[in-house]
Amino acid sequence: MSASYFLRSFFAVCLLSLSLGFACAAQEPVLFDGSGPVVFGFQAAPTDDAIPATQRVTPDELAKSLQSAGAQKPLLFEVGPHSLYLQAHIPGSEYLGATSSDSGRKQLRQRVKALPHDTPIVLYCGCCPWSHCPNAHPAYQELHALGFTNVKVLYIANNFGTDWVDKGYPTAKGE
Amino acid sequence: MSSKRILIYGIVAICLLGIYVAGRRTAQKPKPAASGNVAPDFTLTDLDGRKLTLSDYKGTVVLLDFWATWCGPCRTEISHFVEMQNQYGPQGFQVIGISMDDDAKPVREFAQHYKLNYPVAVGDDKLADRFGGVLGLPVNFIIDRQGRIHAKYLGATDVSVFDEAVKNLLAKP
Repeated sequence: MSASYFLRSFFAVCLLSLSLGFACAAQEPVLFDGSGPVVFGFQAAPTDDAIPATQRVTPDELAKSLQSAGAQKPLLFEVGPHSLYLQAHIPGSEYLGATSSDSGRKQLRQRVKALPHDTPIVLYCGCCPWSHCPNAHPAYQELHALGFTNVKVLYIANNFGTDWVDKGYPTAKGE
Repeated sequence: MSSKRILIYGIVAICLLGIYVAGRRTAQKPKPAASGNVAPDFTLTDLDGRKLTLSDYKGTVVLLDFWATWCGPCRTEISHFVEMQNQYGPQGFQVIGISMDDDAKPVREFAQHYKLNYPVAVGDDKLADRFGGVLGLPVNFIIDRQGRIHAKYLGATDVSVFDEAVKNLLAKP
């Protein structure tokens, strides 16, 4: 058999294995066998949206920046549901109200009224998968429209529990 | 290097990749909920002003749905839960909705608009904590006839998974 045959076979097998590997890794495993409880969830694929990638910060990046000495810490605003904030929130973050609602956006506007427009701010929610969150984008848009230039949004792919709490990042409870 | 040797190295690389992928899948295995534990009992007032106590449903298979009116994936599931309540209700199945909205007004409007055919109440962080935390929505629990948590589902879940779980439990005494 010729060298080219071996090379073609090699690349075909590689391609097949990689495809199978990615297909298997793309979905959380189903453990339900009827014998006991399981936790099962789909990871929503984040979609392109109006919050540019340059304005997002990952949980790991934010956690590191909050823990680093000397670096200027951003203001942290939780813009999702109150029940989530009470159960667990990033220490030092402020609860302003769910910005999917008029009252939440009003609270946000009120809070930032006296702030310089280059104040570093990080917004976060974590109620739902990124592509379905009704709060993060309105909050970002609100600050962008007010002229704030240093605003980032914490990229939470699944939810706050999975992407922050379960990863062991610092968490506080209550008001 | 001969072609045969390239092929052998390639096969070894593929095997190593397969081991990596398998290891990643294992590491991603979701951790179990409070396995086999009796579901925390609670009493709330539902949207119709009636007392809603979980332990009153012992003997019934319960799907406890933590949701909110602003949660898109929740709304998708709810349309199926209404169907499930119609289909399996006569066999001893009950959906209970616990809204995590900040107040009852939008929940009442939602329930009326979408004609929810099961009890709905507004929950809070304390109730969520008792169920191990509801740090994202939706979160669903399936509770067996003995009141034990059979499964917990975090995030949007394929509805066929709920159907399968409920049918299995309904088949048991």
